[in-house]
Amino acid sequence: MSTVLESSAIFESFKMRAEAVSAQVERVSTKEQALELIVNLLLKEGVEDKPHCGAVWAACPMIGKADAQKLEAAVPGLTFTVTRDLAADAKVGISQPEWALANTGTLVQGADAVDTRLVSTLPLLHIAVVSTAGLLPDLPAVLSRVDPRKSSYIAFITGPSRTADIERVLTIGVHGPERLIIVMVDDLEVAA
Amino acid sequence: MKQEFKQSILDALANPNLSGALGNFSVAYRAGRAKAYEGIDFEALRHEIAAVKSSAASHFDELADQFTKAAEARGTKVFRTNDPQAVKDYILNLAQKNGVKSIVKSKSMATEEIHLNKYLQKAGIDVQETDLGEWIIQLAGQTPSHMVMPAIHMTKEEVAELFSNKVEDGQKPDIPKLVKFARGKLRPMFLNADMGISGANIAVAETGSIVIITNEGNARLVTTLPRIHVAVVGLEKLIEHFKDIAPILTALPKSGTAQLLTSYVTMISGPAPNTDGTPKELHIILMDNRRNEMAHDPRFKQALQCIRCASCLNVCPVFRLIGGHVFGKVYTGGIGTILTAWFGALKESEDIQSLCIQCGNCRDVCPGMIDIPDLILELRRRLAVEQGQPLLQKAIFSVVNNRRMFHTMMRAAYIGQKPFAKDGFIRHLPMFLSNLTETRSLPTIAEVPFRDRIKKIKQPKCTEKAAFYGGCLVDFAYPEMGESVVKVLNKAGIEVIFPEGQTCCGAPARYSGAYEVAAQNGADNIKALLEEDVKYVVSACPTCTVGLKQDFIANLEAVGRTDELPAARRLAEKVIDFSTLASQLVEQGRLKFKPGMEGTKFTYHDSCHFKHTLHAEQNPRKLMKDAGYELVEMEESSMCCGMGGSYTLKMPEISAPILERKLVNIEKAGAPLLLIDCPGCVMQIRGGLDKRGSSIKVEHTVQRIAECLE
Repeated sequence: MSTVLESSAIFESFKMRAEAVSAQVERVSTKEQALELIVNLLLKEGVEDKPHCGAVWAACPMIGKADAQKLEAAVPGLTFTVTRDLAADAKVGISQPEWALANTGTLVQGADAVDTRLVSTLPLLHIAVVSTAGLLPDLPAVLSRVDPRKSSYIAFITGPSRTADIERVLTIGVHGPERLIIVMVDDLEVAA
Repeated sequence: MKQEFKQSILDALANPNLSGALGNFSVAYRAGRAKAYEGIDFEALRHEIAAVKSSAASHFDELADQFTKAAEARGTKVFRTNDPQAVKDYILNLAQKNGVKSIVKSKSMATEEIHLNKYLQKAGIDVQETDLGEWIIQLAGQTPSHMVMPAIHMTKEEVAELFSNKVEDGQKPDIPKLVKFARGKLRPMFLNADMGISGANIAVAETGSIVIITNEGNARLVTTLPRIHVAVVGLEKLIEHFKDIAPILTALPKSGTAQLLTSYVTMISGPAPNTDGTPKELHIILMDNRRNEMAHDPRFKQALQCIRCASCLNVCPVFRLIGGHVFGKVYTGGIGTILTAWFGALKESEDIQSLCIQCGNCRDVCPGMIDIPDLILELRRRLAVEQGQPLLQKAIFSVVNNRRMFHTMMRAAYIGQKPFAKDGFIRHLPMFLSNLTETRSLPTIAEVPFRDRIKKIKQPKCTEKAAFYGGCLVDFAYPEMGESVVKVLNKAGIEVIFPEGQTCCGAPARYSGAYEVAAQNGADNIKALLEEDVKYVVSACPTCTVGLKQDFIANLEAVGRTDELPAARRLAEKVIDFSTLASQLVEQGRLKFKPGMEGTKFTYHDSCHFKHTLHAEQNPRKLMKDAGYELVEMEESSMCCGMGGSYTLKMPEISAPILERKLVNIEKAGAPLLLIDCPGCVMQIRGGLDKRGSSIKVEHTVQRIAECLE
């Protein structure tokens, strides 16, 4: 019981911090609910099989071959075969980071696989699916869990891309995504 | 001072966009930073950072070896050199060997330090900065005006015009549209570039990792899309352990931009795959450029604890007026002055070191615990040793140090100023002295100095004795402050003596880099003040107090007069500022306040040495509260008033607007009384308010306390 309460408190903290930096946070109980939510999101965002309207989903532990086929069928324009050109042209990118930090609203992912980096940097919208069990309190907690000896490229993402370089006016969406939607899933194993 | 330098200051001061943007930012930054650090023990955090960085600076060679080994084991190529030219050649060769035609860069101060872009462009390679601010100044052909916000000096109108002229016609001054435009123009450059060049904020020796911190996401593209990635890393970025990233990464965004964390943090520990599946060609250049030499300098080693957050710029009363371009180089502000002296040459800091008013704001916020004002003084000292003191300065010191001659001259000045003096103020001075009274009236010189006045005060015989150290302002301009000290201490049963042999505290010499003179001042005072056995040595001037308590020791050490250190330390133990002593005496029940002052409003100005060095700022507040007064805090109470000792004489153009802002904040507080613990600030602010025709009364805390006691 206490773990449920704890996970709820840590989730609320994460959600507050992530929303404070303009991320959108959703929470669902099951993987099925998560996939349904994402499919609806993609359709709502106008993802279709046309130039500049695609969606790219980087290979990740939560998606098996069958899932991928089902999803590609449900959303024309969505592909799990991520290339540089497709990612550069896509509207939406989807990935599954391993960890989430409650005190800063940060996502952390081992991003050696280039498709993980492409889908989270090039499109205007990045959807990140994270296991609730991947919630950690802070920076020291994640630094003791990631291993730079195994992972050449570890990426921390806190909200969408931003700048204040002109007149110090905060502007969202410079070189990276201008929106970040985080979907927290309770019954998912931690990706690491 | 060179004429062109003086002109660059005047130009900056005359630029309303610059001072407006920086002024607004400094206010927003202060609040934002405080919020970002909520719930965090900043002192503990910066001790941790200082320990990590200092330990690294003691072992640069070992750490660089360890880094190289760890990184090369993963397939990274590491090149280490002390020579900036070798860095440029390495990158150019690499580019030419690989047929590189275009390069995208994310922000790197190290590459700006060695002017890499120009070198590569000369060889026919297209080099694009991709950080929005850096891209803007690259298009404008300028240098960064701020380490974190390089284009803070430009308005959206100027950016729109620049984009229209240099990139594509018809850009409107609409910030979101300008940002979108930049995204659209830079995106193909990222996709087409053959090489990406980045800096790094941290380099971890044990794992061979580099950590890159950005908000825009450009570093992620620079390190992902081109097939070659070169990171240019200053040696001072090295730390030993991966876990030690945590304190630096905790502080840097909070101190830099008041964020809990930047949008992106990228940790690269080896070549990750390229988009075509081939492994990235990853080169890391560890650049020394005198950093190791700096690590072996006992005074300047601490400057390597810098994490490049630029908070020293953001809290600086001078920087927010003039911005970064006056500094003329890549690194700007307080830490920039020090880095310029080292990565360039000592001589290059000759003019810019004089911009520091020595207020100490930056010392309080530095996450690397660098005593920046002290290091700037050390630059001043070394410059004075290298170049000798100016003749005029020498002449002034010889007068100031000879108290008798100083008296005579002061009294002569008093007679001479009579035609200009009115109600205790000098409002106008003739000709070349006129800028001294342009924004504030100066006090008249008292007819009878305090050293003569005290002889006429009838004091009770007490067993406890205190020696009073006057300092020039109390002795010659404000003897009434000294009389108040005597009155208060007498009431507590303490007799006050005035050792005749006391002389200048040495601050003018020290702050001009003339340490031999300052050390001799200290020695003379130590002898005079230790002559009679007293319990306290009291001063009503924080700068003098810091002199007696700390600088005498430092000055003697600096010139190698170590034999005299024990006496200096004996003196230091007895030294106490007035308000701190008075609050102790109130606590002990030896001083009691009269009733009837309840609700009298006052506001308080924190003098620099009093707050930032002595950390005594709560004592006068508490004293006045005990006396029944009600404190109305002014905005930016701890921001310097622009006096800075002789700064107001050397840099009147900068001192004046600093004072102006202080006066506005005092008036906005709406209290009829302003209390201050420093006679220098009293002189500056009282004079400034007089010039504005304000009715606010300005007093030293001791004067008001003397009136409140039973």
